[in-house]
Amino acid sequence: MVIYGVYIVSKSGGLIFNHDHNVPKVENEKVFNYPLDIKLSYENKKTVVVFGQRGGINVGHVLTAANGEPVTGCELPDGRNIMELLDKQENFPITLKFSRAKMTTNEKIFLASMFYPLFAIASQLSPEPRCSGIEVLEADTFRLYCYQTLTGVKFIIIAEPLQTGVEVLTKRVYELYADYALKNPFYSLEMPIRCELFDTSLQLLLELVEKSGANSA
Amino acid sequence: MSRGGTRLDTKKVNSELFTLTYGALVAQLLKDYENVEDVNKQLERMGYNMGIRLIEDFLARTGSGRCYDFRDTAEKIQSAFKIYLGVTPTITNWNAAGDEFSLCFESNPLTEFVELPDNCLHLKYCNLLTGVLRGACEMVQMEIAAWFVQDQLKNDNITEVRIKFVKRLEDAIPAGED
Repeated sequence: MVIYGVYIVSKSGGLIFNHDHNVPKVENEKVFNYPLDIKLSYENKKTVVVFGQRGGINVGHVLTAANGEPVTGCELPDGRNIMELLDKQENFPITLKFSRAKMTTNEKIFLASMFYPLFAIASQLSPEPRCSGIEVLEADTFRLYCYQTLTGVKFIIIAEPLQTGVEVLTKRVYELYADYALKNPFYSLEMPIRCELFDTSLQLLLELVEKSGANSA
Repeated sequence: MSRGGTRLDTKKVNSELFTLTYGALVAQLLKDYENVEDVNKQLERMGYNMGIRLIEDFLARTGSGRCYDFRDTAEKIQSAFKIYLGVTPTITNWNAAGDEFSLCFESNPLTEFVELPDNCLHLKYCNLLTGVLRGACEMVQMEIAAWFVQDQLKNDNITEVRIKFVKRLEDAIPAGED
C-alpha cells in the first residue's frame, strides 16, 4: 500500500501544496569500460539514458554522478562536459551513477496547471450534463484521484493502483486543509501552504492509511 | 475548533468565552473608530474574511453538496448556526419569489451579556454575522445580501436577519459544475 504524493491546486489552477510521500528511490552505480554501451543524451537540462537498458539502469534514468562527483545538467563541478569526457578512452574505466529523474518544483507547478484544463475539458466532453470532471485517472503504475470541493479547490492524490480508500482520504485531506491551513491567521488564501502543523498532520494521516487501510482515516 | 484526533468529536469551548471575546472586539472597534457606522462596516468586513475560510470547514465537516435552490441554502445556513453557535434559528418570512427569507433568533449567544449604551443606537452589534454569511456564500458562487431587521438589543422581541439572493456568480463556478 503506497501513496506517492499529495497535491493541492487552487481555484485558479495554481499549485499551492505538494508533498512527495513515498516514492522509492532508485539508484544504480556501475563501472563502465570504453566504449560506453549505453546511449546518453542531453535533454531538458539533464543527461538521460535514451537507449540500452541493463542492470537496473533504465531508459529515462538520469546521470547523477561520475566517479563520485555530482553531475548537474551535463557538467561536472569543475566545468568539464560529461559527454565530451565519455568520448575519450583515457577517462575509462569510469563509475557512473544513475537514478530516476526527480521532478523539480517548477515542473510540478507546470503539471498542476496542465491538469487544470484537462479537468475542464473532461467535464465538457461529457455526454451528460453536469459532469464532475476527472475523478480518477488510471495508469499501469499509479492512479490519480482528484476531489474538487464546491469552492473549486482540487485535492489530488497519486497512489499505487491497488491502494484502496483514496477517495475517502482526499476528503480527510480537505478537512486538514480546512483546519490547519485556513484557520492559520497568517495563511492567505490562494497562496502556497507553508504551515508546519498541516505538514505534520498530513504525514501522520498518510502513514496511518498506508499501515492500516482507509478505514482508519 | 480543530478536530484533533477523532472525527466529529469537535473541541468545544464555553460559549461565554466566545461571547466575551466578541464583546472585547466590538468595544475595541468602538474605541478605534468612534463613528458607529464605521464599526458596522468593519465588523461586516471581518465577518466576510472569516466566512470565506469558514465555509471550507463547514463543507469538509458536513460533506454537503451544492445547493440548487435557495431553500436548500436556508436549511444549510440553519445547520451551520447549530454547528458554530449552538443555536438553531427559525427560517421564516419567505417572499413570493423564494429568493428572500429571514432567520429568527430567540436567543443570540453573541449578545448574552450586552446592553447597548445610548450613544450606540445605530450600532449593529452582531454585524459580523452578516459578513460571515456573505463571505461563505460567495465562496460557493452565490452572491447574497444580509442585514438585520430586528434586534433584541434594540428592544425587539426577536433578532431577525434578512437574507436575499442576489445572483449566481457564474464566472466563478468551477469546471465540471456549470
